[in-house]
Amino acid sequence: MFDTGAARASRAGIMVPMAPSLIEPNPRLAKIVLPVLPAEPAFDFHTESVAAAGNEQLKASINNAVLRQHTARQLRVLELPDADKLRALAGDIKQHALDHLDYYLEQLVTNVRRNRGHVHFAADADEAQRVILQIAQDAGCSRVIKSKSMVSEEINLAHVMEAAGLDVVETDLGEFIVQIDHDKPSHLVAPIVHKNKASIAKLFSEYFGTPYNDDPNALCNQARAYLRDKFRVSDLGITGGNFMVAETGIICSVENEGNQRQSVSTPRVMIAMVGIEKVVPRMADLAVMLKLLTRSATGAPITIYNNLYGGPRGPGEKDGPEEFHLVLVDNGRTEILASEEYRETLRCIRCGACLNACPIYRKIGGHAYGSVYPGPIGALITPLMQGLDKYKDLPQASSLCGACYEACPVKINIPKHLINLRRDINRTHRNGFFERIVYKTWAWGLKSPFIYSVVNAVQKFELRRRAKKTGWVSKLPAPGGGWTQIRDLPAPATKTFHQMWRKRPAQDE
Amino acid sequence: MPQHDVALFVTCLTDQFYPHVGVAITKILERFGCRVHFPQAQTCCGQPFFNNGYHDQTRDLATRFLEIFEPYPYVVTPSGSCAAMVREQYEQLLGKDPAWGPAVHRVGAKTYEFVEFLDKVLKVDFTQFNLPAPEPVTYHYTCHLRGIGVKDEGVKMLRQIGNVEFRQMEKTDQCCGFGGTFAVKYPAISGAIVEDKADCIAATGATTLVCNDAGCSMNISGMCHRRGVDVKTKHIAELMAEAMKIDTAAW
Repeated sequence: MFDTGAARASRAGIMVPMAPSLIEPNPRLAKIVLPVLPAEPAFDFHTESVAAAGNEQLKASINNAVLRQHTARQLRVLELPDADKLRALAGDIKQHALDHLDYYLEQLVTNVRRNRGHVHFAADADEAQRVILQIAQDAGCSRVIKSKSMVSEEINLAHVMEAAGLDVVETDLGEFIVQIDHDKPSHLVAPIVHKNKASIAKLFSEYFGTPYNDDPNALCNQARAYLRDKFRVSDLGITGGNFMVAETGIICSVENEGNQRQSVSTPRVMIAMVGIEKVVPRMADLAVMLKLLTRSATGAPITIYNNLYGGPRGPGEKDGPEEFHLVLVDNGRTEILASEEYRETLRCIRCGACLNACPIYRKIGGHAYGSVYPGPIGALITPLMQGLDKYKDLPQASSLCGACYEACPVKINIPKHLINLRRDINRTHRNGFFERIVYKTWAWGLKSPFIYSVVNAVQKFELRRRAKKTGWVSKLPAPGGGWTQIRDLPAPATKTFHQMWRKRPAQDE
Repeated sequence: MPQHDVALFVTCLTDQFYPHVGVAITKILERFGCRVHFPQAQTCCGQPFFNNGYHDQTRDLATRFLEIFEPYPYVVTPSGSCAAMVREQYEQLLGKDPAWGPAVHRVGAKTYEFVEFLDKVLKVDFTQFNLPAPEPVTYHYTCHLRGIGVKDEGVKMLRQIGNVEFRQMEKTDQCCGFGGTFAVKYPAISGAIVEDKADCIAATGATTLVCNDAGCSMNISGMCHRRGVDVKTKHIAELMAEAMKIDTAAW
């Protein structure tokens, strides 16, 4: 009933990411009742992006915040000796781990068990939800403190747990604000980058029933006091993980607020839920990865809290959980792993540098992407993990400027892969019939200098007619209408360079 | 005696919209001792098709391009994105093809963006040339120069020209929002980006914008015109020609 990623990959004939014998099938999972959540509204990228690009407040909030992070990243990464070589090394480390993921996952699982932790494997979002609910049920937990984790967003964990009757609180300040506002995160690292101070102050005033106060320190303290009480009584802590170290079974995750350390140390039971692609072979690899992760994310040379954990409290230890679970989530990753072409996209360490660098993200923010993963990397991995049918517009929404590739600390060639997705869209006829005809005819015409010159002549005549005396075309019919909707088009010159060259006087040798 | 034989790959957009840039480049290269050839069969390198996922169609245009330009020792183009297409994307498309791979490597290795050619091959500088009058100039870092490892060469040469008052604009590394058909498919997003660019240009107070990619030039100048930002958009070759007292209106 529960198809594991391993089985699917083995059917794909490429690679088995985990020895199936390591993870026993769990027949009890099928008996877990998942709550029914309201269906997600239909998603249309065009509508969302047009609305977002026209929202001045949104653009201003995002632009200021991400430019700050972008500039800080550039400064901090450049101060590293041989930054480019370091990025190449980080990319190689992740690529090596991915190319041998079966081996390293097995090593990881063995070591987590040696550290007396339990390991679970979830093939998809549904199964991941069931695994978590089962752990909570078995341990009799009801008060959950959750720290920020993209994979938990991916499987909609907080909503599912709430609907199942558990008291769940997001403990990362940004995620807490998202939770009480029934909003969604819009950035991998800075989930409320789309909000401004005033909207948060208003939200807190309504939620806590206190007078409006937009002093950031006061707002922080208010959330802190509220969360302290939650930490104190919690019995289940959930975290994500930035890296899993195969040779030791240690999970590494970084944060700035100390809330995650509470999840790791206070509750009786803790769960780390991590995507299977987060494995690195050795502890020493963290020296490379951490150096780049925080600098690429916010420009900070290091985060305030760097947590290394794995396994329950040891004898004589003063804190830590009694029970430790690692939930390894596949949810579409094996399919990407099975593709040699796209595998490198799994190197992503979720630093958000590509979002900050992206001219499009800067104008439309994260929500318009309709995915947990926005920005350039989201436009790439969302269709790869969730399928092209719903997300075929995302790979098109790029000017292919390459700022993302330049920013990426693990050197994922995002523009190249976006183009390859466009190729896949075209080959599977997910684009319009009319569009395909236009491109094919256009390309055919360009093979002949004669047709090229005739088309240019016709185009020149028509554009110059429309430009009249000003030299600028201000209105075009479809498909050129998109151009003149927002800017003018210069009229073509009276003679093409081809024509000018033919009139060139003979040259002396 | 000419130093180098150079084939001009004028690009389809420059051919139609900015032919005088082709004239400027031809005359500048000649002034520096090159013999310039213009293979008349050239049309388009196939970039719009490649970027939109029409890779079979691109293959036809790419092989055609390779045949046309193979005979020349150097290929020079005014546009960074077309140079990147020939050097980077042809490699991706045909680099491993047994029939075309070697030609891709050969042609890729001798294809240069104009400024890059002046800098790396001809190794010229412009300190001896002056614009007729002082001119505040800003420069758009076109994105595709990233792809071919060119960064500040254009600004370096601009600064060498006498009477150029160079003014750096904000967000130099932010795309202008052109992106080929992206500009037509997503006018709202593309518009917001190029609006930002036009504002950054206006804030410099420069009266001339140097932009070495025809697509970006059409996009930025079109937005500046729509918004009433009073700036002339020029290819660096036009400015160089002015400083070198070269007439680009006719041969």
